[in-house]
Amino acid sequence: MDITVNILLTIATAATPLLIAAIGELVVERSGVLNLGVEGMMIMGAVGGFGATYLTGSPWIGLLAAIAMGAVFSLLFAVMTLSLATNQVATGLSLTLLGLGLSGMMGTSFVGQPGERLPNLYIPGLTEMPVVGRLLFGQDPIFYISIALTAAVMWFLFKTRTGLTLRSIGDSHTSAHALGIQVIRYRYLAVIFGGACAGLAGGHLSLVYTPQWVENMSAGRGWIALALVVFASWRPWRVLAGAYIFGAVWIGQLHAQAFGIPVPSQFLSSLPYLATIVVLVLISRNKRLTMMNTPASLGQPFVPDR
Amino acid sequence: MKKLLIALMTTTAAMSLAVTAEAADKLKACWVYTGPIGDFGYSYQHDQGRLDVEKALGDKVETAYLENVSEGPDADRAFERLAREGCKLIFGTSFGFMDPEVKVAKKFPKVMFEHATGYKTADNLGIYNARFYEGRYVLGQIAAKESKAGVAGYIVSFPIPEVVMGINSFMLGAQSINPNFKAKIVWVNSWFDPGKEADAAKALFDQGADIIVQHTDSTAALQVAEERGLKGFGQSSDMIKFAPKAQLTSLTDDWGPYYISRVQAALDGTWKPGNVWLGIKDGAVKLAPYTNMPDDVKAMAEATEKKIADGWNPFTGPIAKQDGTPWLKDGEVADDGTLLGMNFYVKGVDDKLPK
Amino acid sequence: MMRLELVKRPQRSMLFSALSPFIAFALTIIAGAVMFALLGVNPLTAFNIYFIEPISQVWQLHELAIKAAPLILIAVGLSVCYKANIWNIGAEGQFILGGIAGSMVPVLFPQFEGPLVLPLMLLLGMVGGAAYAAIPALLKTRFGTNEILTSLMLVYVAQLFLDWLVRGPWRDPQGHGFPQTIQFNDSAVLPELMPDAGRANWGFVFALVAAVLVWILMSRMLKGFEVRVLGSSPRAGRFAGFGLNRMVFFAFLLSGALAGLAGISEVSGAIGQLQPVISPGYGFTAIIVAFLGRLNPLGIVAAGLVLALTYLGGEAVQSALGISDKVARVFQGMLLFFVLGCDTLIHYRIRLVGLALTKPEGAAKLEAAPKLKEAR
Repeated sequence: MDITVNILLTIATAATPLLIAAIGELVVERSGVLNLGVEGMMIMGAVGGFGATYLTGSPWIGLLAAIAMGAVFSLLFAVMTLSLATNQVATGLSLTLLGLGLSGMMGTSFVGQPGERLPNLYIPGLTEMPVVGRLLFGQDPIFYISIALTAAVMWFLFKTRTGLTLRSIGDSHTSAHALGIQVIRYRYLAVIFGGACAGLAGGHLSLVYTPQWVENMSAGRGWIALALVVFASWRPWRVLAGAYIFGAVWIGQLHAQAFGIPVPSQFLSSLPYLATIVVLVLISRNKRLTMMNTPASLGQPFVPDR
Repeated sequence: MKKLLIALMTTTAAMSLAVTAEAADKLKACWVYTGPIGDFGYSYQHDQGRLDVEKALGDKVETAYLENVSEGPDADRAFERLAREGCKLIFGTSFGFMDPEVKVAKKFPKVMFEHATGYKTADNLGIYNARFYEGRYVLGQIAAKESKAGVAGYIVSFPIPEVVMGINSFMLGAQSINPNFKAKIVWVNSWFDPGKEADAAKALFDQGADIIVQHTDSTAALQVAEERGLKGFGQSSDMIKFAPKAQLTSLTDDWGPYYISRVQAALDGTWKPGNVWLGIKDGAVKLAPYTNMPDDVKAMAEATEKKIADGWNPFTGPIAKQDGTPWLKDGEVADDGTLLGMNFYVKGVDDKLPK
Repeated sequence: MMRLELVKRPQRSMLFSALSPFIAFALTIIAGAVMFALLGVNPLTAFNIYFIEPISQVWQLHELAIKAAPLILIAVGLSVCYKANIWNIGAEGQFILGGIAGSMVPVLFPQFEGPLVLPLMLLLGMVGGAAYAAIPALLKTRFGTNEILTSLMLVYVAQLFLDWLVRGPWRDPQGHGFPQTIQFNDSAVLPELMPDAGRANWGFVFALVAAVLVWILMSRMLKGFEVRVLGSSPRAGRFAGFGLNRMVFFAFLLSGALAGLAGISEVSGAIGQLQPVISPGYGFTAIIVAFLGRLNPLGIVAAGLVLALTYLGGEAVQSALGISDKVARVFQGMLLFFVLGCDTLIHYRIRLVGLALTKPEGAAKLEAAPKLKEAR
């Protein structure tokens, strides 16, 4: 039983940063903006979170710094694509490039310094419960944030007026604009929210997952988060499921190896990517489903007529 | 130790008359690294060696380096640039730099080149490497003593001879203490991916291993051991800061003495391409202070370390291959050539070598 | 409250079309100067080493050509995709597959020599790249799967496949178990252009030829018109009788073939064998090159050279001043940001409401203090 609990906990840790970054990007894409800079914002969050923790000694301040770093960095993207109507794909890619470079420069003095890990939740009595105790009451704080965030985004998008407005902007910015909705303002807020989430995901990497700073430590997780959003056909609860499936495949291949299953490790390592493609295909085959959820104006620049 | 090494180098160099270098007032020595010097692992340790050279030789030398140089055409250019910018002695620290270095060395016969972990040499190109496997034998013995489950988790990067050699040596060491000792092996296909190394460590612990060994460079696996109250070994640099309660010792590389000796030789005009494989006795392979273990285990580890420093080779027969066929006869010692091309497991390794 | 508004110009501004790259470059230089100053280096010294020194020696010009060739070759192909509003961002994978496919000849048939070897390799390289690019094209046309994500995922798969090949079945049996194939025989190596002067090989010529051909295709032929129409308005394209699915295949196959050609040229010209890693991210950098060159094949040649220069310059400041190699990446990021931002001026006038300013500096000012913009 213990091993199952341990494996589930490991999967949760692997899935949490993917989930948070993907939920943020989901909101961005629902507003009709495609930000390919998730990897860059994530790594900035990681360096910001570690740096603040290192300088202040408090991982909680680090947590806030990671969020702030991601949000501020995403502003750059927002100004470019929303105010200056630049191409979103190219701008997002440059954001990633810039983030990887800047974080490396900023982090030079943090290399080789042990970090401070955010403490796990501990509730006397509850955490000690067999099996469910550690799963429900013994994980790191960001895990709980990630679940709450998913629920909140779900509620926001589908149960609130503002959420409806946001989705309508994603579906057609021109009609939304015609209705007097402030398209650009909504999109700014969505992009900044996405940046904050990506930053938090990065903070998870440098404050929980592996409490340290090393260059390129996001190791492509931002890209996986992007894939997850499409994988989930822009549905929050499916992002949650997808992140955990992804985490399970990831951890599962390591377990398969440790069990001694003789498959080339390169093949096992490529499984998550192939799985994403397969799921993308399965999802997009269902035209009705895709049409219903895909923000129709995704990736198109919007400049209001005067 | 350092002096001995220098003396050794200079005498061998003096004996041969093929002196390629001229004595110079100020010598520019340069390094090419494959990773960022911020990896706190392999490239970081080489750069520490460069800094040691600056410290030891002061204003007699000038150093420069290029980091994050990918293997391929960029490497050609990196070496060519340094050669043209007046570097007199250039160290390439990654296996993949071998052919670029051979090419550029041919073009600049006056410049001295050194290449780590490769096998091709030339009149102005020497090679050097470290016998990490010596240290891994000691790790194996400690693991067998310290593990209650009798199972170690072994995180590895790529199935190249150096890594295979390390697994074999570790297992020989472990089985010299506990013949039934097992290691579970996970290939992460990367030298450096903290997240993946942490996940691999967790998976291995979950499957019953209670000690972690790694042939990857990050501190992540040890941090997992620390969190779980289990033990492990560091790699490349001393990682005690990251795992004060978990690190038993760390298998570290210290390139400083070697680099100093080579730069000094170049300054003296006695540099000559060498082919050295440095081990514990040369101070290039070091075990970080033994911590978190009882005194008798520590004493055993120190004894083994000394035995190896005195010239004993962990690959001394009788040793059988994984399938049971004999490899080394009783008392027979593996030759360096076989070790450097090692692509098979010894008996007792519970894994299939990726082909 | 001060805010920024874009006012669409009746037609694209010829003035800013010409000026914007220079404004962008000037802004990059200013930002770069600040960055160097913060790093404690005299900006003038740094710029001299970064931009001037690498092009003041013949051997470095050759290196520039080597570095620029794959970038140009890939970016030229991508420009067709992007013009057609098709988002192939998996050129890195197509590059790798091209390298692998072309290498089949010298690796599997090392005895086969003669003048036929190279053409066959180059052809196979193009076929390999195109075939790999056909996967996202097929998935997009058959199932409507988003090509950005599938092409990207396939990059990782290609990298791992190459890794497996050179560590497993294709490993040089005499190579001490190290992960690389045998060295190609002489007739499988792309010759250097001027061996006495530097290392530049025919790959650079391929890049220039490809740029010119694609430029002719795009500006002088019906196919180019079709690409542009479908790219700007799929609906209008359909009315004109242009097939969107055919276009997806055309763009992917063309860009895949060029990326594959770049891959095999790199492997056979600059490396001479297959290794676990054959590209330092050329496929991704080329996306930037494509945009820097404004998706115009001739502009891409210039952009490829500029970007190659930022790499060489990055190395030069690193070895001369000991500045981290991250500088090069930050520089590239900034350059691209400024170029994208300034290109806005071609189609729009920018005005700051509250201040009667319509000057281009408005763009820079806004970078510093972004304000929310209200639609009306």
